[in-house]
Amino acid sequence: MKKKLYVARSPRIAARKLGEETLVMSAQGSTLFTLNPTATVLWQAADGITALDAIVERHICSEFEVEAEQAIRDAEALAEDLARHGILLISEKPISSTRNLTVQEQYR
Amino acid sequence: MSLMHEMGERALRLGVPFSVHLDLTYRCNEQCVHCYLDHDDHGEMTTAEIKHLLKEMADSGVFILTLSGGEIFLRKDFFEILEYARDLTFCIKLKTNAVLIREAQAARLRDLGVQSIQVSIYSHRPEVHDAITKVPGSLKRSLKAIRFLKSQGLRVVMANVLMTENMHDYRGTQALANEIGAEYTMDPTVTPMMDGGRTVLELNVGESDLRNVFRDENLIGNVDEFCAPPRAANEDDLNSLPCSAGHTSCYVSPYGEFYPCVQFPLSCGNVREQRFIDIWRHSERLKEVRSIRLRDLSSCSKCAHGGSCTRCPGLAFMEGNMRGPSTQDCEKSFARTGIPSLNLLSKKQEQDKDKDKDQDSPPRLVQIQLVPAITGRRLAEMGGGAVSAIAS
Repeated sequence: MKKKLYVARSPRIAARKLGEETLVMSAQGSTLFTLNPTATVLWQAADGITALDAIVERHICSEFEVEAEQAIRDAEALAEDLARHGILLISEKPISSTRNLTVQEQYR
Repeated sequence: MSLMHEMGERALRLGVPFSVHLDLTYRCNEQCVHCYLDHDDHGEMTTAEIKHLLKEMADSGVFILTLSGGEIFLRKDFFEILEYARDLTFCIKLKTNAVLIREAQAARLRDLGVQSIQVSIYSHRPEVHDAITKVPGSLKRSLKAIRFLKSQGLRVVMANVLMTENMHDYRGTQALANEIGAEYTMDPTVTPMMDGGRTVLELNVGESDLRNVFRDENLIGNVDEFCAPPRAANEDDLNSLPCSAGHTSCYVSPYGEFYPCVQFPLSCGNVREQRFIDIWRHSERLKEVRSIRLRDLSSCSKCAHGGSCTRCPGLAFMEGNMRGPSTQDCEKSFARTGIPSLNLLSKKQEQDKDKDKDQDSPPRLVQIQLVPAITGRRLAEMGGGAVSAIAS
């Protein structure tokens, strides 16, 4: 059985919704990203407690009329991409607090 | 176009206050000779008031938040405010003299994901820097702090205001920044006091010195481009906005006063009395600032520099007319290009006329002193209200 994934917004980023998109700046290298509306939904729901598949079912499938299986695969790829840029944290366990993580832990 | 520029354009289309400069205090532990502030505390916003304001700003779409002063680290609640601001995911830039930053503070700034820290450094020589700040040992402490910040991997910008007192030290200061691994920025503009006082302007570097600075390729980069002949305004320029003040950015003082910019003390409201977003959307004064296009500036729209000038509307306002020229910017344009602006030419003509009059008339028994271009009273009459707000 596939393990559940949990996602949380990194505490070391700056972010603001601007129109339909979200502007995200990573403290790591001051890189600036924009998240499209789908990624914005995932980003906003990334509370570290709700599993990724639940986020997809609750927020993405209903809002964007996509099939759950495909949407979960896309969401995992997107989450990994965001994690590579240091703006999202991924864990197989719920992420209760990101405030006290060391820099290394945050970007692992 | 960079992504940040693109986002600024989008914020403009959406009417979002993308960037806010918030001064947390005007109190300071340095007493810089060129400073435009009154350092007494006339009733700073409390921690709760500032947190409330930050929440309003985040809800309004503010992304870049510059925290400045005065000296921000003099506020005992500084880290509490900063932590709250980061929880609201602002992109934070700090302006400080860094005198109070030690290893522990630098590490905390790193942990809180501050985007950049701008530190005021006026010279690489203690005798020059400390004479400007009027605090012996201040350069040593600021530099020590910059090293702490750099050791935490933070982005540090050394900001040097060029004036008569440190005119010959900008190269040495730039070399020091390179050695430490900090970025370097230099601004040759000493601005009037926020209450309209203009005596500090005497510290501005003279035209011939400024000409030399603007031709230093180590500082400027491409001198030919920077000092290229001016360009008159074309149709697109005439419809362009003077700057971002009041359009995508604004300023809030420690007392809650809302201005289009820190250099543009036209009071548009007070966040203690009105919601931040209501001032942003509905202030009549802000609407007036937003309505101004280059074609509305009677002198600048016809000037030879119209299409390439860096006129500051706030400095123009401080000079007496937000639709008028900013003489300090005219002087900089002249130092760059050698071609006088329409404003400088008309000032010269007036001076010549006065000279002719003096020669024609009998000698005066009483020497009449020139009246400064603007007084505190005049600023208040123009609708600023800034003078009473700051003094109350």
